[in-house]
Amino acid sequence: MEKTAKILKKPITSTIIAIVCGFAVAAIVLAVAGYNPGSAFGALFSGIFSRPKYISNVIIKATPITLTALSVAFAYKVGLFNIGAEGQYIVGAVAANIVGYLCNFPPVIEIPLVILAGMVAGALWGGIVGLLKAKFGIHEVLTSIMLNWIAFYFSNLVVNSAAFHQPNSTAAYPVNASSYTMLLPNWKTSDAGMAAMSGTKWLREVMLKTDVNFGFLIAIAAAVFIWMLLYRSRKGYELRAVGLNHDAAEFAGIPVNKNIVITMLIAGALAGLAAALAITGTNPHRISTLSAFENNGFNGLSVAFIAGSSPIGCIFAGLLFGGLLYGGQSIQANIGAPSEIINIMIGTIVFFVALTAVVPKLAVRLEKRGMRNAK
Amino acid sequence: MEVSNEYAVQMHGITKTFGTFCALNQVDLDVKRGTIHSLLGENGAGKSTLMNVLYGLYQADEGEIYLNGEKVDITNPNVAIEHGIGMVHQHFMLVDNFTVTQNIILGNETTSHMGVLDMKKARENVKKLVEKYGLEVDPDAKIEDISVGMQQRVEILKALYRGADLLILDEPTAVLTPQEIEDLIGIMHNLIADGKTIIIITHKLKEIKESSDTCTIIRRGQYVDTVKVADVDEEELASKMVGRQVQLVVEKTPAKPGETIFEVDHLNVKDDRGLPAVNDLSLKVHAGEIVGIAGIDGNGQEELIEAITNLSKTESGTIKIRGTEIQNTSPRNVVNHKIATIHEDRQKRGLVLDFTVAENTVLEKYRTAPYSKGGMLNRAEIGKFANQLIKDYDVRPEDCANHPARGLSGGNQQKIIIGREVANEPDLLIAMQPTRGLDVGAIEYVHKTLIRERDQGCAILLISLELDEVMSVADTIDVIYKGQIVDSFKQGEVDEKTIGLLMAGGKQNGKDS
Repeated sequence: MEKTAKILKKPITSTIIAIVCGFAVAAIVLAVAGYNPGSAFGALFSGIFSRPKYISNVIIKATPITLTALSVAFAYKVGLFNIGAEGQYIVGAVAANIVGYLCNFPPVIEIPLVILAGMVAGALWGGIVGLLKAKFGIHEVLTSIMLNWIAFYFSNLVVNSAAFHQPNSTAAYPVNASSYTMLLPNWKTSDAGMAAMSGTKWLREVMLKTDVNFGFLIAIAAAVFIWMLLYRSRKGYELRAVGLNHDAAEFAGIPVNKNIVITMLIAGALAGLAAALAITGTNPHRISTLSAFENNGFNGLSVAFIAGSSPIGCIFAGLLFGGLLYGGQSIQANIGAPSEIINIMIGTIVFFVALTAVVPKLAVRLEKRGMRNAK
Repeated sequence: MEVSNEYAVQMHGITKTFGTFCALNQVDLDVKRGTIHSLLGENGAGKSTLMNVLYGLYQADEGEIYLNGEKVDITNPNVAIEHGIGMVHQHFMLVDNFTVTQNIILGNETTSHMGVLDMKKARENVKKLVEKYGLEVDPDAKIEDISVGMQQRVEILKALYRGADLLILDEPTAVLTPQEIEDLIGIMHNLIADGKTIIIITHKLKEIKESSDTCTIIRRGQYVDTVKVADVDEEELASKMVGRQVQLVVEKTPAKPGETIFEVDHLNVKDDRGLPAVNDLSLKVHAGEIVGIAGIDGNGQEELIEAITNLSKTESGTIKIRGTEIQNTSPRNVVNHKIATIHEDRQKRGLVLDFTVAENTVLEKYRTAPYSKGGMLNRAEIGKFANQLIKDYDVRPEDCANHPARGLSGGNQQKIIIGREVANEPDLLIAMQPTRGLDVGAIEYVHKTLIRERDQGCAILLISLELDEVMSVADTIDVIYKGQIVDSFKQGEVDEKTIGLLMAGGKQNGKDS
């Protein structure tokens, strides 16, 4: 009994319970809609794990949302709700696209340059929010939502401008190949590369059929960096103090407003990094006209939430989310159930994560009952 | 004890647990009708919990409650009110922009036919009560315009209006001036004379001696003793409450003031609403001296501290530490000039509750070696420092360094703050309400620490709403009224009454203040 209570108190347990509940609710919805939940989930899992290229695609899908989740989680640790990751992502994508298209240096210069452009643009977008909050006390949620829309229309403006619009398309000109961050983009299609890979089927499949790229490694590095920043560095100490109790931080001499701006700069840069890596790492390497938000930032909110705002947790939550998004397509393809079922499942998981505050309370109750029985 | 109708209240074997925490364990309380019975205990001893059980806010897990010899089952406050129990909470529950009468009848309105409010009759009823018990208060004044002491009377009237025969007063004197406390005790005696019964929750020994007939002491949820107040002295009560010998008198040698360390000169500060709060205030603190500022809450103490610590801007005047002006700079500049502050609101300003204890111990000096180096924290050094502090200041539990500060009791949280501030080796130590909400044992400890620092040459500015504290700890007593230091005395040269009068805006022996 005591052991059970201890396990229930761990945050990861709550998350797992939430995920199980999410699946359970999805099963009910599927059954009500007349589909066999077993075969639907079977399709989902085989859509994630059955082929190397699926796994590769899940990771590719997980990359941007892991980074935007990191952006949200980091800001949250400092007491800010970064609902603006969406807009920061969009301006990051625009900046990366423009720089990658206009400049054409060797990859060693070009790649960092393009990525930096995305990060700077995202940081700027986040920084505006931070500055408005620090200077005038305007709530970050308000400014972020406005800036999301400004980014949205700004992106469309750029896509449709004479300088960047590719004729007969709904998109901008793609970035130059020198900025690609896929694994060995030239080698893999060359004769030598084909010959080298011909013996290994899974490698060929992953390399040639998917945009396997460095993005996820960078996302993992970013998560570790953010964790170090928050929990091991002096700056992180300040940031967390501001986030947890800005009154005490202020009183102890920690500059609160400055740290708010810094936080939003970093959070914006992370969202911008997500966008830049998506431009350099995956087809079509360019931005298109947006008719609605692509949810790269908003999904980051859900991922960060599932991860309990833990930077390292974002990696796993990002993979889970990427898996559901990508594998969910096979539910539709294989058994004809609407892919919305996946959205219901994701929604339910997030909902249950929000509810899991109940779990530790249950644990306390269990402990109490255990003690009574012991008497 | 036998159940009898001589007793207004008998609570027998009351047990109440919250989760795994046992707040009350087999506690007994027998209150004779027509007496004032005090309930004494340290913070967290379970006094309020016991009264909340009586008032129906909590249900006891075990135990029985008898009112006038009849067993009752108090399932919620409405049942308690029906049985003639009234409770005045520590934090008043009044509607600020309603009049006194409106507040008193709220929830129990006097109506004429068809449910129309009969304010005239209500007002008369209230007036009758006011006259009967000497609870003088203007029935037409708005709550926001009357003093805290008056607001308390309204709360008492509210309970009486509902027909209360048993009044529970939760820490009623915490917010009152010495004169108001005297008045309150007078009112309590009037009520007793009329056959009412009063239970007063408190940890102030002096007031128990002055007001009560009987006293029940509880400690950590356990019943300790019930004594006749006339038979015991304050020391005895304190020892029973804390469970060990306690020194109530602050022991210290005369101060040996050195050079002037800290000087405030003709300072003017406005409050949040833009009204003058600190009004041409001047004061000096010397090395090796404790200057105490006595005053009623809201006379500019808070604004003075905010100005000194640079949380707010000053209008004019100077604040100097060792000759350097620090007004209108930044909190960090204040810390850098070796001013350490123990803020009255330890949970808001003093600690980051969700930080570990260790992290909290370096809230100001995390930037300096050896606690951080090259931008990274040195967690081993921070841990070492924290453990030393925990040992030096006897913080409990001893292994709390890596646990959130939130889990510590108020007294232990305060020890962390004091330890941290003292470890900054300040030239000036500002202590604002350093013992607020602490029990006798912890108060003793805080006072000893302040005096020890004084003896080592630190200049100390003590601001407290507890007049007793200022009188017993400070070497120089400044009285603040309406943002001004109206008078200054050496310790021992003045009595409580004079200070009390000055605090309330009175003049001393015709002397112009």
